[in-house]
Amino acid sequence: MQRENHPAGPGRCQVDGSPQAAVGDWVWLNVADLQLLIDALRHDGRRVVGPQVADAAVVYRDLERAADLPRGWIDEQDGGHYRLRRDEAAGVFDHVVGPHSLKNFLFPARETIGRFLREDGTWRQLDDLPPEPPLAVIGVRACDLAGLAIQDRVFLGGESVDPGYRRRRESLFLVAVNCRRAAATCFCHSTGCGPAVSAGFDLALTERDGRFACEVGSERGAAVLATVSAATSLLACSHDEVSAARGQPAALEQAMHARQEEAGQPKPRSLNTEGIRDLLFDNLEHPRWEEVASRCLSCTNCTLVCPTCFCSSVGEVADLSGDAVERERHWASCFTLDHARMHGTSVRSSTASRYRQWLTHKLAGWIDQFGTSGCTGCGRCITWCPVGIDITEEVAAIRDTAGQKESPA
Amino acid sequence: MSTMSTESAMSTESTEKPQQAKPKLAVYKFASCDGCQLQLLDACGKLMQLADRVEIAHFLEASSRVEPGPYDLGLVEGSISTAEDIERIHAIRKECRFLVTIGACATSGGIQALRNWGQIDDFLSAVYASPETISSLEKSTPIADHVPVDFELRGCPIDPGQLLELITSVVLGRRPKLPSQSVCVECKSRGTVCVAVARGVPCLGPVTQAGCGAICPAHDRECFGCYGPAEAVNLVSLTSFYEQQGAPRDKLTRLVRGINGYAQAFREESNRLEATADGGAKGRP
Repeated sequence: MQRENHPAGPGRCQVDGSPQAAVGDWVWLNVADLQLLIDALRHDGRRVVGPQVADAAVVYRDLERAADLPRGWIDEQDGGHYRLRRDEAAGVFDHVVGPHSLKNFLFPARETIGRFLREDGTWRQLDDLPPEPPLAVIGVRACDLAGLAIQDRVFLGGESVDPGYRRRRESLFLVAVNCRRAAATCFCHSTGCGPAVSAGFDLALTERDGRFACEVGSERGAAVLATVSAATSLLACSHDEVSAARGQPAALEQAMHARQEEAGQPKPRSLNTEGIRDLLFDNLEHPRWEEVASRCLSCTNCTLVCPTCFCSSVGEVADLSGDAVERERHWASCFTLDHARMHGTSVRSSTASRYRQWLTHKLAGWIDQFGTSGCTGCGRCITWCPVGIDITEEVAAIRDTAGQKESPA
Repeated sequence: MSTMSTESAMSTESTEKPQQAKPKLAVYKFASCDGCQLQLLDACGKLMQLADRVEIAHFLEASSRVEPGPYDLGLVEGSISTAEDIERIHAIRKECRFLVTIGACATSGGIQALRNWGQIDDFLSAVYASPETISSLEKSTPIADHVPVDFELRGCPIDPGQLLELITSVVLGRRPKLPSQSVCVECKSRGTVCVAVARGVPCLGPVTQAGCGAICPAHDRECFGCYGPAEAVNLVSLTSFYEQQGAPRDKLTRLVRGINGYAQAFREESNRLEATADGGAKGRP
């Protein structure tokens, strides 16, 4: 990339006389500029998290060095299968989604939500929960943003607002990335959640020939970019370059729609969502539920990797004296017996009833409850199911034979 | 797994009266390595606090001083391996209000239950110079095969935190809060990447009860099933998938027939794997 050292001139970002990018502007960043971006975010006191190769996968971890981003790594995904492959031609973000999502940070697996002490027979709540630094996440995909929007409705919509989620969400800084490839398990094109990043980000990157076309999505994004441009001058993207960058995810979306099954290759997934709410609610006695239960392990993996599953359980943990108590919230899953345990027994004792609960809630009940499907098409539940159960295949099987009923035993 | 009754004379109120007798704890050993008792000693920091709330009346690993029974809580380590063990466990059951088995040996027969798939005389003559001096039952069996058990604390070894939760629950007169779901919950909660999916390593995590904190997968190893079968398991589906992905049948059989191999769900699956391998059925205990 050619660098310009002279003051703002033609082709440079210039808004109201200031040489800074504003919301809606596009500028070029190179790999070195990504380091400046990380530094700028960290300088503001943020904890920066980004994708990195660890434990044989691309996972979200604390990120200090842009060099730790997974440049040259491709992920192959299929039902119950994930493998990283080295590809020297691959860019920094040519992996797709790994096992982690924004959920791991905004709705953590375990959280202390209250501390209590009993003194002289009276309970007192301690107001000393440790403060958390604001979070910035680099590498978020369109499906992740869709998942975040869904979790926002769950945790922030309606009368009950989750204070911890709100605190983390309000200070969250998002550097999104437009996908350049899709795994076989990706089906965001059929859920309307991707692959193009369209809204809900502070900055969005589109990788082009070793550099990144960066769209400014918010005032906060512009402010961070201003810190970057104080250290190096940034070139504005031309009109044609912006069009080309916008065309990239659009081309991927078309390619995803055109994908065909090929012998020896993982089947490309898609989900027909037409009338899906009624389809599922009208087929609660379909024999497919028993069939999938013969394969389902009830192990909870699908729910825990799902970026939108939000169930949790709250309990008090006391010390042996019973005088010091911590109130803890931790992830729960509708695949455990405890989830539906009431009056000493579980009302969903069979695996078939638990799988049906998950799938019908995710794809049908969610629509009634939150005005949106709970599925973003990220495909995590397919990849990370230890036996490769495929949500798109289960829906298709019910759709193909809708109306069938389990014969009474 | 049986669960402990929530009824208890040791209510929260009663523990606040200083004159009230403390619950009496007894710890017993059968065929085992003592590792689970060591976990109780290992909880030392909290053991002193524990001693304020519980009278440790019978714990030979810690003290040769023995208070007479009956006891409120009996912790049993080890499996039933000799004729004398059978008599002793019946006597122990009579002197303990709550009887809790601790560890894989007591709850499923332990690693020594691998002998259940062979001939005891073959082992005796292969191992001992004078096998005629050994008096052993043909099989190693869990405590619950012989007497009613109120609660099973799983693990090889048990987790000291879970043990303290169990004892605390008895002291406070409530139900113990211990997980019965799969190890996968612990892997996902700590952010550990699945070794089965990302590395193709056959792992027992999806069918094993949580409690260890998913230690092995966090160190890139498969789960060996130390905590025994989870609440709802589907071993046939899991091993079939692993086999389809290329795992050899005999490797899967050995994986399932491990530390908790004699636990019912694991036992049935290793027998099925063996019986359907190459059409040859072997001895099925």
